[in-house]
Amino acid sequence: MEFFLVTLLNSLSYGLLLFMLSSGLTLIFSMMGVLNFAHASFYMLGAYFAYQTSVYLGFWPALVVAPALVAVLGALTERYGLRTVHKYGHVAELLFTFGLAYIIEELVHLIWGRAPVPYRIPEILDFSAFSVFSTKYPAYRVFMMLVSVGMLGGLFLLLTRTRIGLIIQASLTHPDTVEALGHNVPRVFMGVFAGGAALAGLAGVIGGNAFVTEPGMAVSVGTIVFVVVVFGGMGSLAGAFVASLIIGAVQTFSVAFDVSLLTLFAKLGFTPDPQSAWMELWKVTIAQAAPVLPYVLMVAMLIVRPKGLMGTREG
Amino acid sequence: MPKPSNAISSLGRLAVMAALAIAVPASAQTIKVAYLEGLSGPFANVGEVGLRHLQFFADRINEKGGVLGQKLEVVPFDTKTSPQEAQLVFKQLVDQGIRYMMQGNGSAVALALSEAMGKHNARNPDKTVLYMNYGAVDPALTNDKCNFYHFRFDADVDMKMQAMTNFMATQKSMKKVYLINQDYSFGQSVAKAARAMLNAKRPDIQIVGDDLHPLGKVKDFAPYVAKIQAAGADAVVTGNWGNDVALLIKAAKDAGLKVDFYIYYAGGLGTPPVIGEAGVGHLKQVTVFHSNIGGSRTVEMVEAYRKRFPDSRDDFYWTSIMVAVDMLTRSMEQAKSTDPTKVALAMEKMKSDSLSGETYMRDDNHQLVQPIFVSTFSKANGKDVKFDVERTGFGFKTDARIESKDTVLPTTCKFQRPKG
Repeated sequence: MEFFLVTLLNSLSYGLLLFMLSSGLTLIFSMMGVLNFAHASFYMLGAYFAYQTSVYLGFWPALVVAPALVAVLGALTERYGLRTVHKYGHVAELLFTFGLAYIIEELVHLIWGRAPVPYRIPEILDFSAFSVFSTKYPAYRVFMMLVSVGMLGGLFLLLTRTRIGLIIQASLTHPDTVEALGHNVPRVFMGVFAGGAALAGLAGVIGGNAFVTEPGMAVSVGTIVFVVVVFGGMGSLAGAFVASLIIGAVQTFSVAFDVSLLTLFAKLGFTPDPQSAWMELWKVTIAQAAPVLPYVLMVAMLIVRPKGLMGTREG
Repeated sequence: MPKPSNAISSLGRLAVMAALAIAVPASAQTIKVAYLEGLSGPFANVGEVGLRHLQFFADRINEKGGVLGQKLEVVPFDTKTSPQEAQLVFKQLVDQGIRYMMQGNGSAVALALSEAMGKHNARNPDKTVLYMNYGAVDPALTNDKCNFYHFRFDADVDMKMQAMTNFMATQKSMKKVYLINQDYSFGQSVAKAARAMLNAKRPDIQIVGDDLHPLGKVKDFAPYVAKIQAAGADAVVTGNWGNDVALLIKAAKDAGLKVDFYIYYAGGLGTPPVIGEAGVGHLKQVTVFHSNIGGSRTVEMVEAYRKRFPDSRDDFYWTSIMVAVDMLTRSMEQAKSTDPTKVALAMEKMKSDSLSGETYMRDDNHQLVQPIFVSTFSKANGKDVKFDVERTGFGFKTDARIESKDTVLPTTCKFQRPKG
């Protein structure tokens, strides 16, 4: 019971962090029809900017400054990068973001070095918030959840309750009509791109010190975010939310299961030949296979339901 | 705290490294020692620490005029801690005419390098390469997969586990042990050795968990810690190194996990600052050296190292690199040659005046024999815990010292000796 509750909390905090990353990605996708390969790089930049800001000003200013800086970079990327290559089609845009991800990684190498930087949790949040039986639950994880939930609420209100949200939603489906009504659709796109980047940056600010801030963090989280977006359905915010929680739970809970195909066979009363070359495969436990499981889920989803959990378009 | 100047200096360092890596041997005046390590990727920090150690000891030799009138030159190569990448790098260094190499992080890399070197040396007896391994501790490297040109300067998994389990066996209150290791040759051999030796020495101790997790990929150990908690363990044994140990300890501390940690690389990077006070008395390591083993030469060496590298993350750690450089240079002088085959023959059975006590190279498998220490994380007090680690105010205090002769284990190694 204790294990279940603690792991549930851990999976929630991780899932919410994933959502913060994937929400921006899925918004940008539904708007431009382009998967932004550099999205996880904005996450990494958020963490590094926060580290650098916290060296001079402390953590709390960093919480605002870092996402703002990332937003500016996002806006510049859209305005002078994506918009320029847009006329050459989606492939050009895709390649552009792909290249950008490499450039950002190399820049991080040059500026901050290849080793992890000592970006730490602020002392004021470095205590245990409450205990689940004998396990302490760190306050910082609670803080992470609060930030994510706050962001989720804010995003929801922005998109459904404000004029800006109205225009964004209209631009997604009927850009020509919106333009005809006198709105500057390219600027809306730029705003959404910057906003999506800022969300990734914010995830970096709170994820960078909870885990590690290192140049490899974009790559390690990038693939998982794509899994979330594909699994939840490209362009669907609600889908991304559900998928984030599911993937988060799969990753945290699977660690606990020391069950292998061998145990399953034993239950079924079947003993494979111990000399068989397949034996190594039968012996792999779910816990050992944990890192692959999200990808297995994604592939299964693509086979069964190519548009994803709540997606609206095919492929 | 890193300031912008730090960023620039790391930029400069990278540029220098890149230049060194590309440079074609310009003069025959230096003896090049290739340093093969992950200098990018999740273990880059660990790779850089080793590089600073090697540079430090090479400079000391050079200040005294070098070896046989030649200077030692350290040439860093980035292996990204990947066996495939390391094999490519090996080809590169052979092409550049480099005859000596040093590596220590990652037994998977070490096994690949040792194999590549074995093949190369067999085909090119006049262009042999010698391999100084300062930290890859998979026992296979000096047993079934040993190679005449491979010398290991750190104690292997079994030697350290022997010392660790002897100590654990004396802890009467210990009932349930949890094993968590990295899923590759080294981590697997730690788990295997721990299980076998604990079963033999304390059959009443129950192994309540045996986890293997992917190397360098786990950023959040909280689920593993929840599992350890649920298993009711009172001690955890791990061979994890680099971020894999720092993050594990961080997650354990956040969850308030009350266990004793028996660790191979607790004094490595990043672990002491994350655990701090909570680790006092609970963090135990087994190593061939720590800063508080005593002796005036140890104190001098630690102080000299800190003077040269004042950053809080820099501690003198790898005596194995010190012994390797010492034995390399003295073997060259003894052989009056820089030919790796002659040097290797001189290095066998060589003794070194190291900091910890009796230290010599075994000639039957090229494993260095030296004392092993079990030590506990304690508050620095200026006396028996004179030096702290990573300037945290906490350092290691010796619990047990295992003399050289008691660390020797039988070997299955059978290598062909070349004719000298």
